[in-house]
Amino acid sequence: MASSAKEMKEVLFGPIFANNPIALQILGICSALAVTSKMENTVVMCIALTLVTAFSNLFISLIRNHIPSSVRIIVQMTIIASLVIVVDQVLRAYAYSIAKELSVFVGLIITNCIVMGRAEAFAMKSSPGLSFLDGIGNGLGYSVVLLFVGFIRELFGSGSLFGYQILSLASEGGWYQPVGLLILPPSAFFIIGGFIWILRTFRPEQVEPKD
Amino acid sequence: MAKKNESLGKTLFVVVALCLVCAIIVSGAAVGLKPMQQKNAALDMQRNVLDAAGLLEPSTDVVALFNERVETKLINLDTLELVEQANGQNATNYDPIAAANKPDWSTKLEKSEDKAGIGTREDVTKVYFINNDQGELETLVLYIRGYGLWGTMYGLISLQPDLNTVRSVNFYEHSETPGLGGEIQNPKWVAQWSGKEIYGDSNEQVEFDVMKNPTQENHDVDALSGATLTSNGVDNLVEYWFSDKAYGPLLEKIRKGELSNG
Repeated sequence: MASSAKEMKEVLFGPIFANNPIALQILGICSALAVTSKMENTVVMCIALTLVTAFSNLFISLIRNHIPSSVRIIVQMTIIASLVIVVDQVLRAYAYSIAKELSVFVGLIITNCIVMGRAEAFAMKSSPGLSFLDGIGNGLGYSVVLLFVGFIRELFGSGSLFGYQILSLASEGGWYQPVGLLILPPSAFFIIGGFIWILRTFRPEQVEPKD
Repeated sequence: MAKKNESLGKTLFVVVALCLVCAIIVSGAAVGLKPMQQKNAALDMQRNVLDAAGLLEPSTDVVALFNERVETKLINLDTLELVEQANGQNATNYDPIAAANKPDWSTKLEKSEDKAGIGTREDVTKVYFINNDQGELETLVLYIRGYGLWGTMYGLISLQPDLNTVRSVNFYEHSETPGLGGEIQNPKWVAQWSGKEIYGDSNEQVEFDVMKNPTQENHDVDALSGATLTSNGVDNLVEYWFSDKAYGPLLEKIRKGELSNG
């Protein structure tokens, strides 16, 4: 039992820093660029992706012994797509204004490589419980990077956090001149790059060997 | 085990069963949550209208205020008559923007007259009348839209009782560049619109402009810096919607005291 507890811990917390899906595997970048200009949207996107990854892992793992390998990708996609639609519908019903801003990116969770990657690489050969934890773990890993990016982009790009003004903007008579670049999606590239740099400084084993 | 999974029968069974289960879950969620979503969409639109009319405060009870103050009417833009229903929907449910995409309920615009770049104009529009305590018209809210830099900008504009002076404007949906064209939602820029007159003296020619270094203080709004194409888009859409091709004749009729009480 002790080893399985250790395994569970590793599956759950490993993806946060040791095996981060964005920083190490460079997956799921597109939504990381698109939804991180405001913390509020970022948090909702993180929750949505974590839930979809966890439950798609769970369901795929439950039926993994019955999935014919010839159609396994389609089966995975169907499960993931159904979950994403449910999440999208729930958001539209209970968080309408956020759903409007996230709009297409919630739908694009379907094609997020993290969800597909975990389904194919982990859930197809692991027990349901572990797969579920793996989904949560990878969702947390994704969330850590997104929240970091979102924090920097909203604070220095708009001078606010969760919509509350923190730095008073020059355009409204304050002292802070916002960095316009940070509001635009490409800025997330620089921030993710910086995140990976910091991470690999502390964990040199993640640095790729020279060719 | 592996062998059995690969058989045609098993493959078909798994795929069909999976599709059935997923279809039930997805349609269950869609149908079950629909009333809530429609309520949200309606609430969102009511909030936009109140915001455009300058009535929205953070603590406002949107639904109560809307029901108390706002009267929604459908008006045919060609015949200038009030209509009860359009596109099979009443004034509450009718969506002029959805109607503009339906050939039967819209008019295709010629390239030369399509200044706003919208392609088709709905035949029946939805107008929000906001009356004061004496039952006199206080604010009129109209739908406007037009092409900006990246896509169509959707907005609502509110007019004072002379139907010439702008009270406020609210571009509630757009895809302009954040920080540049996206500033059309900036309250400071929107505040400039208040008190500008759309028409010249005879109420015919649209004098309102969005331009750099405004020349006519009572008609012009300063363009957004770094967003020339967005500013031009806003300029064009106001010129189109207030021309005699769109709202011009309607405003003339309401100005004469018709349509407002009915």
